[in-house]
Amino acid sequence: MARLSRRQFLTGTAMFGAELAGLAPAARAATRREPSPDRTGVLVDTSVCIGCRSCEFACKKAHGLETPPLESYEDRSVFAERRRPDHTALTVVNRYDNLRDPELPVAVKAQCMHCAYPACVSACIVGAFTKRPDGAVVWDTGKCIGCRYCMIACPFQVPAFEYHKALQPRIMKCDFCSARRGEGKIPACVEICPVEALTFGPREDLLRIARDRVKRFPDRYVSHVFGEAEVGGTDWLYISGVDFSALQFPQLGRSPAPGVSESIQHGIFAYFVPPVSLYALLGAVMWISKNSPESGEEA
Amino acid sequence: MDGFMRPASLPRPFLTPGVGVLMLLALNGLVFLAGRFLFGIGAVTNLTNQYPWGIWIGIDVAAGVALAAGGFTTAALGHVMHREQYHAVVRPALLTAMLGYTFVALGVCIDIGRSYYIWHPLVYWNGTSALFEVGICVVIYIHVLYIEFLPVVTERFLGRVSLPGPLARLDPLVERLLRFLDRGLARTMSVFIIAGVVLSTLHQSSLGTLMVIAGPKMHPLWQTPILPLLFLLSAVSVGFPMVILESLLAARSFGLKPEMHVLSGLGRMTAPLLGITLAFKMGDMFIRETFVHLGACDTAGIMFMTEVLVGIVIPLRMFLSRDVLKSPPLLFTASALVVAGVAINRVNNFIIAYTPPYALKSYHPSFGEVSVTVGLISLLVLLYRASVIVFPVISLPDRTLARAKYTVKG
Repeated sequence: MARLSRRQFLTGTAMFGAELAGLAPAARAATRREPSPDRTGVLVDTSVCIGCRSCEFACKKAHGLETPPLESYEDRSVFAERRRPDHTALTVVNRYDNLRDPELPVAVKAQCMHCAYPACVSACIVGAFTKRPDGAVVWDTGKCIGCRYCMIACPFQVPAFEYHKALQPRIMKCDFCSARRGEGKIPACVEICPVEALTFGPREDLLRIARDRVKRFPDRYVSHVFGEAEVGGTDWLYISGVDFSALQFPQLGRSPAPGVSESIQHGIFAYFVPPVSLYALLGAVMWISKNSPESGEEA
Repeated sequence: MDGFMRPASLPRPFLTPGVGVLMLLALNGLVFLAGRFLFGIGAVTNLTNQYPWGIWIGIDVAAGVALAAGGFTTAALGHVMHREQYHAVVRPALLTAMLGYTFVALGVCIDIGRSYYIWHPLVYWNGTSALFEVGICVVIYIHVLYIEFLPVVTERFLGRVSLPGPLARLDPLVERLLRFLDRGLARTMSVFIIAGVVLSTLHQSSLGTLMVIAGPKMHPLWQTPILPLLFLLSAVSVGFPMVILESLLAARSFGLKPEMHVLSGLGRMTAPLLGITLAFKMGDMFIRETFVHLGACDTAGIMFMTEVLVGIVIPLRMFLSRDVLKSPPLLFTASALVVAGVAINRVNNFIIAYTPPYALKSYHPSFGEVSVTVGLISLLVLLYRASVIVFPVISLPDRTLARAKYTVKG
C-alpha cells in the first residue's frame, strides 16, 4: 500500500510540475515592455490655457457622448467645485487660485496621462489595456470584466466606471483620440483649443519645447516639467507658472508605478521554480512523516 | 483515524430560531442583490470613481480568503505532517474552506461589473497582474477543495444510494460512479492535498501584492513591499483560531462536548505563528519608520493599532497561557480576537489604507452593501449547518455517536 501510493504520489508530483512548467512562457513574456521611442504626446501649457472648456466640448463630440451646445461651456460656475473626468466627460478643466497673481487663476485640463509604463496595463486581470506604439493607452471592451482594478492601480485616478449600468458597464477614459488618429486627424481637444495651450507631437520634441520654455522664461514657469520623470514618464506633459502641488497634481516618484508589484510577482513565480520547489518540499515532508513510526494509517 | 473519534453526520433538525434569523438576513441580502443585477452596481453601493472597491472586496473577498485559510493549514498539519491527532478538525476546516472559497467566488461575481465574463481570465491572460494570479489560483484551488471533499460524499452515500421516484433506476449507476471515485481518490488524494497547500500559499500572498501597485495612494502604515509576506503570515496564523472558533461554535450549537485536547493543541501552535507575524509587522514598521504616522491619532493610526493590539498582541499573550488553552470560553475569546484582527487587517488594507488623490468625501458602505455581505455570510453559515447535518464532517467520540442515535428518537 505504502509503495503503491508513493509511486502514485511521485508521478502525480511530476505531472503537476510539468503542467506548471507549461504555463511558464506566459510569465516570461510578461517582462517589462519598453515604450516606443517614437510615441506621441501632448504638451499642456497651463500658463496659456484660458479655461474656455472648448476641449471638453470637442472631446465629448469626438467620443459620441451626450454633448451640450458649445455656448453652454461659457458657464464659469462649474469652476466652483473640483471636477474629475468620468463616464460623461473624458476630460475636464478645473480652475485653481494663483498665489503669484490672484488676477490670473490657473486653468488645468485633466485626462489620462498616457503613462510610459501604465499601471492599468500591468494590473488589468485580462490584459484589456494596451500601451500602443503611438503612445495611446487604450481599453478593450471585448476583454474587460469590470473588476475596476485599473482604478485602484492608476496613480492619477483616471479610469472611470459606468456604475449605473447593469449590462456592459464600460471603463471610460481618454483614449488619445485613437479613432480620429486612425483617420489621420489630431486629437479633438488639441484641434479645437483656440489659444494653442495644447501642443501635439512626438514626445521627445514636446519635452525639448517644454524644457526650452521653462528655461527661457523663468519668471513665467516653475522649473518642473510634470510628466517628464513622474512614474517613469508620461506622454502628456504639463508646464505651469504655479507649483504643481497647488494644482492637485499627485506627488509621485520617478519609478514606474507597476515596478514593485511586478518584481514581487516575478520573484514569486520565477519560472515557477518557487511553487514547484514548495510542492516538492511538501511532498518530501509528507513522505517522510508518513513513514515515521508514530503515524497511523492515512485517511 | 483513531478509534475514539470518527466523523459522523449529525442527526439534528435543521430549523432552529437562530436559523430563522439567518434566513431572514439572507433573504434581505438577496433583495439588494437583485437590485445590483437589475440596476447596476451604483444602484446598491456607495462606490465611486475615487473608491472603486468597497466592503464587497474588502470583506467578502479579501477577508473571506484569509478566514478560509484553516483549510490549508489543517491539511498541512494533518495530512502533510501526518499529525494524526488533528484529523478530527481537518474535515470541518475543509468544509469551511470549500464553502468560504465558493462564497469568495460568488462575491467576486457580484462585485465585478460584467459578472457574465467571470471566465475571461481563463482565456485572456495577463502575467503581470497580481489579480490574475490570485484569480487563477483561486479557481484551481476551489476545484481542489471540491475534490478533497469528495471522499466525504462517497463515504456518506456509498451503499446507501437511493434516489427518489423514477430516478431510482439510476441507483446502481451512481453507486458505481461513487465506488470508482472512492477508489481513484484514495490513490491520488496526496497530489491534491499538496497542490491545495501550494496554491494557498501562492494566492494568500498574492492577495497582498494586489494593493502594492496602488503605490502612494495607500497609507504608508500598510504600503510595504513585504505586503505579500505579511498577508501569508497572517493567513497562516488565522487558520487554527478559525478552526477553534468554529469547533467551539458547532459544539455549542449542536450540544456536543468540545474536543479540548485537539483545540488546545491548535491554540498552542497559534502562539508562535502570531509571534512571527508580529515580528515581521513590527520589523517592517521600524525599518520603514512608519511609526511616526501613529502619533497622528487619526482613523488610520487607530485602525492600525487596533489590528495589532486586538488581533495579534492580546491573543498572543492569551495563547501562551496554560489556563487559556484549557478553558473553552477563554480559548474562544483568544481565537475570536485573532479572527477579528485579520478581518480588520484586510479591511484596513483594502479600504482604510486606500486614500485616492481626488476624493471629495470618504467611502462608507451603503445599507445595500452591508445587507449583501451579511446575507452572504448568513447563507454560508446555513450551508455549513446543512452540510454537517447531511455529511460526516464533525468528529464525534464513538460513545457520543451512540448516545446521539438514541436522543434523536426520544
